[in-house]
Amino acid sequence: MFEAVLLTVITAATPLLIAAIGELVVERSGVLNLGVEGMMIMGAVVGFGAANLTGSGTVGALAAILAGMGMSAIFGLLVLYLATNQVATGLALTILGLGLSGLIGEAFIGVPGLKLPRLEIAGLSDIPFFGPVVFNQDALVYVGLGLVAIVSYVLFRTRAGLILRAVGDNHGSAHALGYSVLKVRFLAVLFGGGCAGLAGGYMSLAYTPQWVENMTAGRGWIALALVVFASWLPVRVVAGAYLFGAVTVLTFHAQAQGLGIPSQFLSSLPYLATIVVLVIISANRRLTLVNTPACLGKPFVPDR
Amino acid sequence: MGRKVLQKWQDLDDKAAGARGTGQLSDVKTMSAAGADGAGIDRSAGTPLLEAFGLTKRFGDILANESVDLRINQGEIHALLGENGAGKSTLVKSFYGSLEPDSGEIFWLGKRVRIDNPSEARRLGIGMVFQHFSLFEALTVVENIALALPKPGPMGELARRIRTISEDYGLPLNPDDVVADLPVGIRQRIEIIRCLLQEPRLIIMDEPTSVLTPQEADRLFVTLQRLASEGCAVLYISHRLEEVQRICHHATILRHGRKVAECDPSLETAGSLARMMVGAEVAHVSARDTAPATGPVRLRLTGLSASALTPFATALSGIDLEVHGGEVVAIAGVAGNGQGELFDVISGEREVPSAMIQLDDMPCGHRSITWRRQKSAAFVPEERLGHGSVPGLELSGNVTLTRHSTGDGLIATLGLLSRQAAHALEKKIKGTYDVRMSHDNPEARSLSGGNLQKFVVGRELDRNPGILVINQPTWGVDAGAAALIRQALIDLARSGSAVLVISQDLDEIFEVADRIAVISRGMLSRAEPVAEMTRERIGLLMAGGAEDESARQATSRTGAGGAA
Repeated sequence: MFEAVLLTVITAATPLLIAAIGELVVERSGVLNLGVEGMMIMGAVVGFGAANLTGSGTVGALAAILAGMGMSAIFGLLVLYLATNQVATGLALTILGLGLSGLIGEAFIGVPGLKLPRLEIAGLSDIPFFGPVVFNQDALVYVGLGLVAIVSYVLFRTRAGLILRAVGDNHGSAHALGYSVLKVRFLAVLFGGGCAGLAGGYMSLAYTPQWVENMTAGRGWIALALVVFASWLPVRVVAGAYLFGAVTVLTFHAQAQGLGIPSQFLSSLPYLATIVVLVIISANRRLTLVNTPACLGKPFVPDR
Repeated sequence: MGRKVLQKWQDLDDKAAGARGTGQLSDVKTMSAAGADGAGIDRSAGTPLLEAFGLTKRFGDILANESVDLRINQGEIHALLGENGAGKSTLVKSFYGSLEPDSGEIFWLGKRVRIDNPSEARRLGIGMVFQHFSLFEALTVVENIALALPKPGPMGELARRIRTISEDYGLPLNPDDVVADLPVGIRQRIEIIRCLLQEPRLIIMDEPTSVLTPQEADRLFVTLQRLASEGCAVLYISHRLEEVQRICHHATILRHGRKVAECDPSLETAGSLARMMVGAEVAHVSARDTAPATGPVRLRLTGLSASALTPFATALSGIDLEVHGGEVVAIAGVAGNGQGELFDVISGEREVPSAMIQLDDMPCGHRSITWRRQKSAAFVPEERLGHGSVPGLELSGNVTLTRHSTGDGLIATLGLLSRQAAHALEKKIKGTYDVRMSHDNPEARSLSGGNLQKFVVGRELDRNPGILVINQPTWGVDAGAAALIRQALIDLARSGSAVLVISQDLDEIFEVADRIAVISRGMLSRAEPVAEMTRERIGLLMAGGAEDESARQATSRTGAGGAA
């Protein structure tokens, strides 16, 4: 029983984890992309379609990444090179994604999906309890954790990461030192889009292998909140994602146990948890400000 | 001689520097004389390091630089002088590659070069220390420095190099400190060390001493002298003529974007240099008798404390101050020691317990800004564009913003705004304070810095406030306008008002103040009559002595004696 719960927690947390780590990189570069939900849902529909047409889950996942990147490229061109308002553009991106995905996905409604194969690690996955939980997940679970490790390493141990953080902290100085602020930010936005797309693809390929309109159901917004929750530190994103995943799963189990709590209340739990966590975090300004990218959300227009 | 001084200077450590301030000052002077011949470098001979011909840069309608020629020799400390808006910053940005001149040629060691971006400038050997620091607050010292180097190598190795070179130049740094936690003097060290690690041939410094205590400035001059003696040239931008005369070998003077003169500053007087910069005689603030503080106390701060709102802000603690009608009290201090926070609290942008602030004996720590204005107080913040005025709002609208409830008839019947009255008031301020504008009633952002400052100050002075609190009254304002504003402050005080000036410019403070207090790390020293204050004493207080002094006051007040 506990083993099964743990397994579902991991699958529920993975899309949050992947989307949030992507958004973390975007925000560290000083850009606030509120369009995560829109990029995720596009990843979900395009990933589902590509997997169905080709019969390959891998192709589906790659298509989902490309879809997310395509969406983020639109966002990047608008907010970086045309200096549009980031909040408004991000919201528009979400609305665009929700509408467009509904249109594209019309043909896929009711079509049985293709489930990503589990990555069984021979021998190890037979260990009781520990084996299935740690060594018998679909590939994207490991990809997600791998991404966190890579992002963490790149951000804090490499020159590229240093430049990214510098651009997010003070774009004027970064420009004065000769770094291309817009290029760095555009690449970060693309990375974030790719991650959001993949997270969406995970929803339609692994979490519930089918296409349902609006199937991301606000997970993009939770991913955004997670970045603040993690105070822009990759490792804390993991903790946050699993916490939120656990709350989601708890909802199902509480319903199954027949606790007599209205199901609507239970399904609103993850969102309530988000609000509570954000309130707690913003109460401690020092905690948030130290890691907050100082240029977050500010447009940069070089004076040349 | 030179070597002896160098040795002495290397022995200095952080703490001793402050205590030996006065002695050091004379060292610098002797070294300046020795440095000219003692180092054995003939600066005028050989290929010039950098030559520029006919540099022109246009921003919209404004010609920031018009056909400027400049020649810097190797190992020379070259001053670039000019009023605000004369085009100094534009010119050096062209050398550093952060701006591209529209026309003109730059030669580096005799070869024509195009400096497209700062990396190219650094590759040639040009480093720059910015006026507003170009540091990343959330990053550590070593990360900040690594960002500016083309090949920084491993961080551990770089940290060791930073330690070595910073100690060698007497500017010790801890590579692992986060910049946000460091005071402004140390931040400048980071910029200088960052330049030095690139082994530059030319260092450009944009008003480096504006953020330093006099002792820190002396120490910087010694470093510059040493760099010059090692063959590195320095292009030194400053408003402070006395500094330029003391350390610079040559000076180029800009006015309205054009080069108007070249000279050896040590052969000129401060007056003649100022004449070249302004193109006319600079008005002096009229000689005055220092008024004894006999009027009633109009502004009283009692045990004023406020916590820091952000990790990068300064907490205020236990500030006591009385400003009498008829006097100007000035608060000196290095930037970032709580000046902004103090201003916010006095002006009412931030609430404190009621009794901590009294205007004309009325406790008002919790009152709104408008309430305080109605009780005849007026406030001029440091940042004129964005804080003192709304950039996108025309001037008459900006008049309305601070004057709507002070009985100037700007609110007509039914609570509607009277545009005519605001416009008339704007015209009056423009006339009285000589605010120059291209057309009638423009947006605030279209005014040049000096003109906008005259407007923002004039807007408050125009109502003859009983209490005026003003932060950095002449920041970035040219000499003529600065004299006008300072004279107006003194005249206001003599008419019976209490004037509190917060400034980082000691020349200004000595010009206007009757009493001087020093703010350091959110604590304020006792306000002493100007006759009893010297630059050295202020420098010591700036460097942290204010705490000791206020602690001493606290103990004597409570009668606890010297036990603590």
